[in-house]
Amino acid sequence: MLKDITLGQYFPGDTVIHRLDPRTKLLMVIIYIVALFLCKWFVSYAVALLFLVTAVALSKIRPKALFKGLKPLLIIIIFTAVLNLFYTDGTVLVKFWIFQITREGIINAVFLVLRIMLLVMGTFLLTYTTSPIALTDGLESLLSPLKKLHFPVHELAMMMSIALRFIPTLIEETDKIISAQKARGADFETGNIFRRAKALIPILVPLFVSAFRRADELATAMECRCYHGGKGRTKLKQLRYRRRDVLTLLLGAALLSGVIVMRHFGL
Amino acid sequence: MSVAVKIADLHFSYAAQTEGKPLKVFDGLDLTIAAGSFVAVLGHNGCGKSTLAKHLNAILLPEGGSVSVFGMDTKDEALLLNIRRTVGMVFQNPDNQMVANVVEEDVAFAPENLGVPSEEIRQRVDDALKAVGMYEYRKHAPHLLSGGQKQRVAIAGVIAMQPQCIVLDEPTAMLDPHGREEVIRTIERLNKEKGITVVLITHHMTEAIRADRVIVMDEGKILIDGTPKEVFTQVELLRGAGLSVPATTQLLYELNKAGCKLPPDALSTEECAQALYAMLKA
Repeated sequence: MLKDITLGQYFPGDTVIHRLDPRTKLLMVIIYIVALFLCKWFVSYAVALLFLVTAVALSKIRPKALFKGLKPLLIIIIFTAVLNLFYTDGTVLVKFWIFQITREGIINAVFLVLRIMLLVMGTFLLTYTTSPIALTDGLESLLSPLKKLHFPVHELAMMMSIALRFIPTLIEETDKIISAQKARGADFETGNIFRRAKALIPILVPLFVSAFRRADELATAMECRCYHGGKGRTKLKQLRYRRRDVLTLLLGAALLSGVIVMRHFGL
Repeated sequence: MSVAVKIADLHFSYAAQTEGKPLKVFDGLDLTIAAGSFVAVLGHNGCGKSTLAKHLNAILLPEGGSVSVFGMDTKDEALLLNIRRTVGMVFQNPDNQMVANVVEEDVAFAPENLGVPSEEIRQRVDDALKAVGMYEYRKHAPHLLSGGQKQRVAIAGVIAMQPQCIVLDEPTAMLDPHGREEVIRTIERLNKEKGITVVLITHHMTEAIRADRVIVMDEGKILIDGTPKEVFTQVELLRGAGLSVPATTQLLYELNKAGCKLPPDALSTEECAQALYAMLKA
């Protein structure tokens, strides 16, 4: 069951989208989210949708994988849609008991669903096409101006990449501990919620102890390999903006200004 | 013959965990290791092997006496990075010494820390991975590799610093026999071909046999020091230190005790078999 956790899942590939600088992709996601929130009418949503569809097509990521990412959010999406459907004032179309559905309500609900779906899929496209390491590198580089304010940018990026590195290791370890406790007769499947929560203690305690031991050993190993903070550090893979990055960012700027103009005209 | 490690009158003790006396590990230890040699350090648990290893690259500092590696005193803080890059260290659990989730990124970690330019890092990473025979796996995720492969990647991560000496603290303790052989063969090759000084801390007698020099430690002191043949023939002394001897030595020792006349220093399986064959034929 634990193997199913898809945190920051990455589908390796060699498409234009994959080759873009991670900083470009991060910026594009931010631009895209801002643009989505500025969309006002169907025309701008259609443009935003077209933008994402083109990007997905270029990335050769199967749309199925993107929809799978939406699954956990289904309840939230339905919930907000229903709320918007019933609680928007305007021209009443249908009315029964205390509920009323308005024209504006339907439109609002459709927009909201579209917005959430596009937002989530856009973000997933980023994590699907960017390796976690590239992502942290990109983040570190984008946030590096904050170093002047003594914000620990390098340390945060380091922590993030180590956390990502240890997810599979700790999942494996958890599986092992669960098996070991089961072998000793532990029961995780029956009883009410409190009972089950209590049954987790014999898993969590050894897991934490082992995680701390690992952290200690890792720290020593890192020191042995001359780690001394971010100062004077170089990179195996230097991030470099190329022409395609400039073009992509220009495209993003065009999308954003287009949406703003359309908003002005109520499109 | 140049000197890789020189330990003079080393004193060290761990601070007490709870109230009580601090745990004394070394009380005047002297040891010199020649550059380019392959030294195995044996001893039962708690005899100070790992503590000794940690002194070799200034993870621990001596309380008394001195430790110097390639002429650098480990107490000199200005030399710290230089010492750590000269003496690389590989630990028991390969999982706990990998920082990145791609093999080549992990190997690049040390040169990145040292501020090596990107192109040279690329070169060093490729060379190091080729030296341990893991070049084809450079794009893999470490958690998908076998134990022996992970440990070879960890060794590559150290070699990328271009060290003159590698200290391995029970690198094979968590591996299966196949992975153990992979790792030991890699170490041997690095020693012979690149002339890197190797200090191998181990539990396995079969690994110690392959070193040029074996040091047996007991209670923070050096009990026996010599070539594998000199060391493993002292069966009683080894057993007294809580160590077993290689199966071949054991066999010859018992046979000799029973009255046979066999060379007690036939360590490898072939030598032992030859000796037995010669005796049976006579």
